[in-house]
Amino acid sequence: MSSTLSQPLAPATAAAPRSRPPARRRRPARAVWRSVWTGALTALVLVVVVYPLVWLVLGSLKTQPEFLNNPTFALPESWTNLDNYVTAVTDGNLGTYARNSVIAVLPSLALTILFGVAAGFALEVMVWKGRATTLLLFLAGIMVPGQMILLPLFTMYFEVGLTGSLWPLIITYTAIGLPLTVFMMATFFRGVPREIFEAATLDGANVLRMFLAVGLPLVRNAIFTVALVQFFFIWNDLLIALTFTNRDELRTIQVGLLNFRGQFGQVDYGPTFAAVCLNVFGTLAIYLFLNQRVMKGLTAGSVKG
Amino acid sequence: MRHVLGDRRAIALLLGPALVVYTLVMLVPVVWSLGYTFFEGNTITGFEPVGLDNFARLAADPAVREALWFTARFAVVLTIVQVVVGYLLALLYVFVLRRASGVVRTLVFFPVVLPTVAVALLFQQLFESAPRTGPVNALLEAVGIGGVDWFASGSTAFWVIIAMETWRSMGFYAVLLYAGLVDIPEETLESARLDGASGPRLVRHIVLPLSLPVLLSSVIFSINGTLKVFDSVLALTNGGPGSQTTPLTLYMYQTSFTYGEYGFGSSIALLLTMLCLVVTLFIFRSSRRDLTKA
Repeated sequence: MSSTLSQPLAPATAAAPRSRPPARRRRPARAVWRSVWTGALTALVLVVVVYPLVWLVLGSLKTQPEFLNNPTFALPESWTNLDNYVTAVTDGNLGTYARNSVIAVLPSLALTILFGVAAGFALEVMVWKGRATTLLLFLAGIMVPGQMILLPLFTMYFEVGLTGSLWPLIITYTAIGLPLTVFMMATFFRGVPREIFEAATLDGANVLRMFLAVGLPLVRNAIFTVALVQFFFIWNDLLIALTFTNRDELRTIQVGLLNFRGQFGQVDYGPTFAAVCLNVFGTLAIYLFLNQRVMKGLTAGSVKG
Repeated sequence: MRHVLGDRRAIALLLGPALVVYTLVMLVPVVWSLGYTFFEGNTITGFEPVGLDNFARLAADPAVREALWFTARFAVVLTIVQVVVGYLLALLYVFVLRRASGVVRTLVFFPVVLPTVAVALLFQQLFESAPRTGPVNALLEAVGIGGVDWFASGSTAFWVIIAMETWRSMGFYAVLLYAGLVDIPEETLESARLDGASGPRLVRHIVLPLSLPVLLSSVIFSINGTLKVFDSVLALTNGGPGSQTTPLTLYMYQTSFTYGEYGFGSSIALLLTMLCLVVTLFIFRSSRRDLTKA
């Protein structure tokens, strides 16, 4: 739709294709004014989004006296000063927290995907009475705020003796991820022509084989997308992790980061900046390679709000 | 083949694990939590029945009213701000940047995936006033307005939370609304242009009415998410100063785990769930309308 738009909304940035030289020649002053205006607007948007992150990285390289004596926009005096990162990982226990996060996130992610994909298949491809109601039951879970299940779960884990381990996190994450996974997988299976499954049954495949050999490969991409979405939800969770990690050694990276303030006090800027940076770099690494898929997946899962 | 796709054992095997985990860890606790509203106490000290006291307290407690007011104000203001900013960005992508918008879209979306705690710590520093001046106050001082102690009062802290959440989510709403805008048929825009509509008038009379459905969905998603706000507030202000920025979610958490009142905590959680339920009913209606359209 881009090239057919009229000249008042002329190409703006330097990167825009020069597809409309006639318009520019006809009203040069106005076109130039417009491209300056839109260029400035785009630059402003990018500065608002990117500058805080740049400032964060710069801050992680500064020493405490630099923080207190130099202006806030100043560049770090040394570009290779990684002391803050060392302090954050060693004194700040960031390594332990990151390990806990991985231990809690990976099993629950695997389980929620495995259970969710199978359930999505059973609810959308299989034919049985009550499947619409069951799907609704799962959907209702998207709406339930975490606060509603927190206290009974606390009691349950306490009675069963799971308190003091990472199991409460793994179990809770698995369950909380299910509604959205089931909902999204059911949607993806709905998009697969039914004839494919019916043909497979005519060929004599039994249902489980069909699920593994026909169903799974068809939605392989979708599974990856859903897994990516769930990863961000679980990795960035604070509520569940805060409730069920009662000891410092159990803290996930988000809870650990939250307590950085307490540990160093508000004044120890460098290590705090470095710790935040490390947390940001983790998601940045994933986003660098998979941004289009992340954007598509997260907007598709927007019902979660 | 109906026979094969209706195989009960296979259905049980595929659906079973999800249903069991979901029932035990979500459905049972929801009912259990409803039961807690008639008791007071906690796991350590034990529970005793209190009848309807928790609901009477819910109605009378000024802190509940304050938290409810904050939650509603926050949900409404943030929804308006993030959907409007998202829509403006989407217009920028579609009509100004066009083909070149890919990189901008991707960059502006990035904060969406950042951990909330990390963003909150970043914004604490950005808006800091003492002992050192953060970039926002430095900027304000440079243009002669003078620095503001953002976290000293509830009203300014409120806007810092709004700013942070907008920064975090505008890229998300921009992409959501962008998808709606590119669906507007080119012929419709072209014929409007032949009729002399351009720029702001084209947006107001043609683009805006045609993107109303996707705008409505965004508003509903946003309200549903913002009513449950927890991480951002906890990490940025921890409800303070005092309890001036405490939403229902945080008040429930403090009641339950700081004061050990599971019964009253469950009652607050129920209030929150009812709020979300009303909004979710709207989601269902709007998403169903979308399905019939597609």
